[in-house]
Amino acid sequence: MDIITRIRKANFLGRGGANFSTAKKWEMFKNEKMDKKYIICNASEGEPDVFKDEYLIANFPEEIINGIKIALDFFSNSQAYIYLRKDLYLKFGLKLKKIIKKEKIKLFKETGGYLCGEETTLISSMEHQRREPKIKPPYPLQKGLKGKPTLINNVETFYYISKIAKQEYKKTRFYCISKDAKKQGVFELPIDWSVKKILQKTKNYPEYDFFVQVGGGACGKIVFGKELNKSVCGTGAIIVYNVKQDLIKLMQKWVNFYINENCGKCVPCREGFYRIREILNSKKIDWKLLKDILEVMKETSLCGLGTSAPTAFLSLMEMMKYR
Amino acid sequence: MPKIINIKINNKKIKAQEGDTILETAYKAGIEIPHLCFHPDTEVKANCRVCVVEIKGRKDLPTSCSTKIEEGMEIKTESSRVAKARKINLELIFSEHIEKCGTCPMNFNCKLLNYAKKYNLKITRFKDRKKNRKVYKFGNAVELDSSQCIDCRNCVDICEQQGVGFLKLKNKGHKIEVVPVDDGKHDCVYCGQCAVHCPVTAIQEQLNYNEIEKDLKNKKNKILVAQIAPSIRTSIGEMFNLPYGKIMTGQLISSLRALGFDYVFDVNFGADVTTIVEAEELAERLKNKNFVLPMFTSCCPAWVKFVEFYYPEFIPNLTTSRSPHIHLAGIIKTYWAKKIKVDPKKIVVVSIMPCTAKKYESSRKELWLNNRPLVDSVLTTRELGYLLHKHKIDLTKIKPTKSDNPLGEHSGAGAIYGASGGVMESALRTAMFLLNKEKLKSINFKQIRGQQGIKKAEVKVGNRNLKLAVSNGLGNAKKILEELKQNPREYDYVEIMACPGGCIGGGGQPIPTTPLQRIKRAESLYQIDKKKKIREAHKNQEAKKAMSWLKKDKKLASQILHTKYHKKNKPEGFKIL
Ligand code: SF4
Ligand code: SF4
Ligand code: SF4
Ligand code: SF4
Ligand code: FES
Repeated sequence: MDIITRIRKANFLGRGGANFSTAKKWEMFKNEKMDKKYIICNASEGEPDVFKDEYLIANFPEEIINGIKIALDFFSNSQAYIYLRKDLYLKFGLKLKKIIKKEKIKLFKETGGYLCGEETTLISSMEHQRREPKIKPPYPLQKGLKGKPTLINNVETFYYISKIAKQEYKKTRFYCISKDAKKQGVFELPIDWSVKKILQKTKNYPEYDFFVQVGGGACGKIVFGKELNKSVCGTGAIIVYNVKQDLIKLMQKWVNFYINENCGKCVPCREGFYRIREILNSKKIDWKLLKDILEVMKETSLCGLGTSAPTAFLSLMEMMKYR
Repeated sequence: MPKIINIKINNKKIKAQEGDTILETAYKAGIEIPHLCFHPDTEVKANCRVCVVEIKGRKDLPTSCSTKIEEGMEIKTESSRVAKARKINLELIFSEHIEKCGTCPMNFNCKLLNYAKKYNLKITRFKDRKKNRKVYKFGNAVELDSSQCIDCRNCVDICEQQGVGFLKLKNKGHKIEVVPVDDGKHDCVYCGQCAVHCPVTAIQEQLNYNEIEKDLKNKKNKILVAQIAPSIRTSIGEMFNLPYGKIMTGQLISSLRALGFDYVFDVNFGADVTTIVEAEELAERLKNKNFVLPMFTSCCPAWVKFVEFYYPEFIPNLTTSRSPHIHLAGIIKTYWAKKIKVDPKKIVVVSIMPCTAKKYESSRKELWLNNRPLVDSVLTTRELGYLLHKHKIDLTKIKPTKSDNPLGEHSGAGAIYGASGGVMESALRTAMFLLNKEKLKSINFKQIRGQQGIKKAEVKVGNRNLKLAVSNGLGNAKKILEELKQNPREYDYVEIMACPGGCIGGGGQPIPTTPLQRIKRAESLYQIDKKKKIREAHKNQEAKKAMSWLKKDKKLASQILHTKYHKKNKPEGFKIL
């Protein structure tokens, strides 16, 4: 059985946040005819309160590199890179290099910020162009780094590729629990557990009134009450907040993050965040306008940053209606 | 043959061409989708997000400029979701653009204001956020008002395509800004392609209409003379919603008189003079082995500056001939002034040009006479269109008149100067006559007509094959120069125009200027040529008369007909306001 078949049988979805079938992605990559192909392990995690990649690199570097090697062996004429967030590069670069030895894997120190996690931006940054997303299609799978087909998977995905190859995959994933939780940390648990169960089993279920943000650190959805019975999607982040948290301040925190991280290419995101900050800082918040801007940003932004960022705001505003 | 596929736009069944985008398909079907950052001359950037549409089965609202059609697609261009998104995005865009409508030459035909009306925008919904941004002046020709910029990047892309790269992006997020490059290696050549591609006139010509309005109001002792460039007669109509390429020579002349000009001359006359001077020089260079070849045309001031700054080693290749409006102005202020017995100092010559670089050209001291400029002011097609609207002169209704004599007559050769290949074709008609002294079988040089960026041809002159290259757009000029660096004798005669398609696509032309508009404008110029009784410059008797008058005084003749070029060691750069 080849690796793609194994991945397919495992029903494995990529752990980068987009929930795309990894088998399908690899199949498409395999079918691209080209003399040279690139494989990139994306370790540029950059949202506040999310530290899963770091944990994996610190604890399982061999497994991750083995996953990359499997890809290298499987795709002919390929060359691999690990695209590392700057601080991770400084912390773990040497260690990784030692494990890599002479394999065709190179480390690339990230030069930009959060947006470099977006695939086309990641490539632009590796090519020393402006760190901005490009219009898709063409997708990196077809035309990526140096114009060649490029497969980008995140750290956790490569970790599990290794596990799948060794037939050790038990349908788990890594959850990163943070903020007002008692026992913050990264936990490997079944993929189908609900948020509630995860919190309970990790002894993180709060005694106080709370809500959580799941899926991402700034773009994750706000979840409370019954919805805690659903499983976690996206990047596996679970951020626990005490209800006493100042909600406007929370939104301001997100907006300050995005205002620094957005590239400025498209109108709804560039201008949208500027206005959202203005609205949130004003004495009387114009909720209707805020919602309008967020909805348009979600529907019309050019890249994933702009289309996913509104989720957190809109779901928080939804919650505020109930409370 | 491209495949035809079936789609629906706004419930209307449409047979569309595979590979087209939704925006293109809609346009062909007569459905207008609002858009700002899209321009057929640049790569699709999809950053304004105004052209969004709703597609059945898709959750987001994709941009029609970047989305290709697919079989069975059902598209809505004005659904309530689309309208809401478009409205907000436009209002956000308005918050970047400080309205200076009062003095803006596009205010009679402004895309933004039209959209504001159509979507009932609250244009002041958000506070202007770019109030403190700077204004950058490039020479006396072009300026970038950063407080009006909507960050669409058209100008940056176009300047890059021009091979100049004078504009760049600074910062990111909402702090992003288009700024001129200040590295000592780049310099603006004033072609104005950035301006004609800016959807909101944030980058535009430096306006001169004000001074002219003043002169026209208060003439004192002045004689006000307007001279019209070859190409603007087929483009000015667009500013009055006439079909692309409509020939408006007579109406244009009348409307200038209506504005208050005392005389109106036709630069086509000047083009005939230029042709004769240039053809004579070409003949000389071909006959005399010591002269530098290939010879380059020099009537495009942006091209001249491009050579002087980026490729000074090619300065000896530029013909010493001045350009048509400088020739005509020189003749007006000498020959004609004498004829009508007025002091040339009283004559104010205003050129109406498709061009921003001509503003710079007229300020070049090499082209002055007795320490005074020959052309006192240059207005772009846009500026003139604006003045006509402002003074309620309806170009479409005014009765046509002829340009003034004796400097009004011109040949067909003069008429085609505005189209890429036209200058060379005109010069060839006359050079062939000079070199062969025989009647030409055909005076049409079709190989060098058309909109391609680079055209190459060979023509037989006597017993020699003349190798020709014609290019438009400075990016293409660069390719020819690089070729010549490798092989200096690759060509004998080279025509370069800085703007795509030549002056019909000039930096001062109506906005927008698209490939289709350029084709139509050029076609009309060739129509004018075809209908002319005389089609060779050397048959223009008045031009010859003026020239022989000049030639009686050798120094004067050389002052009025020829010029010099100078290597530019340092960039002229920009001034910050
Ligand atoms: S959505 Fe934001 S980050 Fe993405 S292209 Fe637009 S401005 Fe840049
Ligand atoms: S005028 Fe021409 S050279 Fe100057 S900035 Fe504009 S496009 Fe570039
Ligand atoms: S100056 Fe005009 S063309 Fe350039 S980015 Fe700004 S709005 Fe676009
Ligand atoms: S091509 Fe014509 S319009 Fe363009 S810069 Fe040259 S002279 Fe001016
Ligand atoms: S015209 Fe399509 S996004 Fe600007």
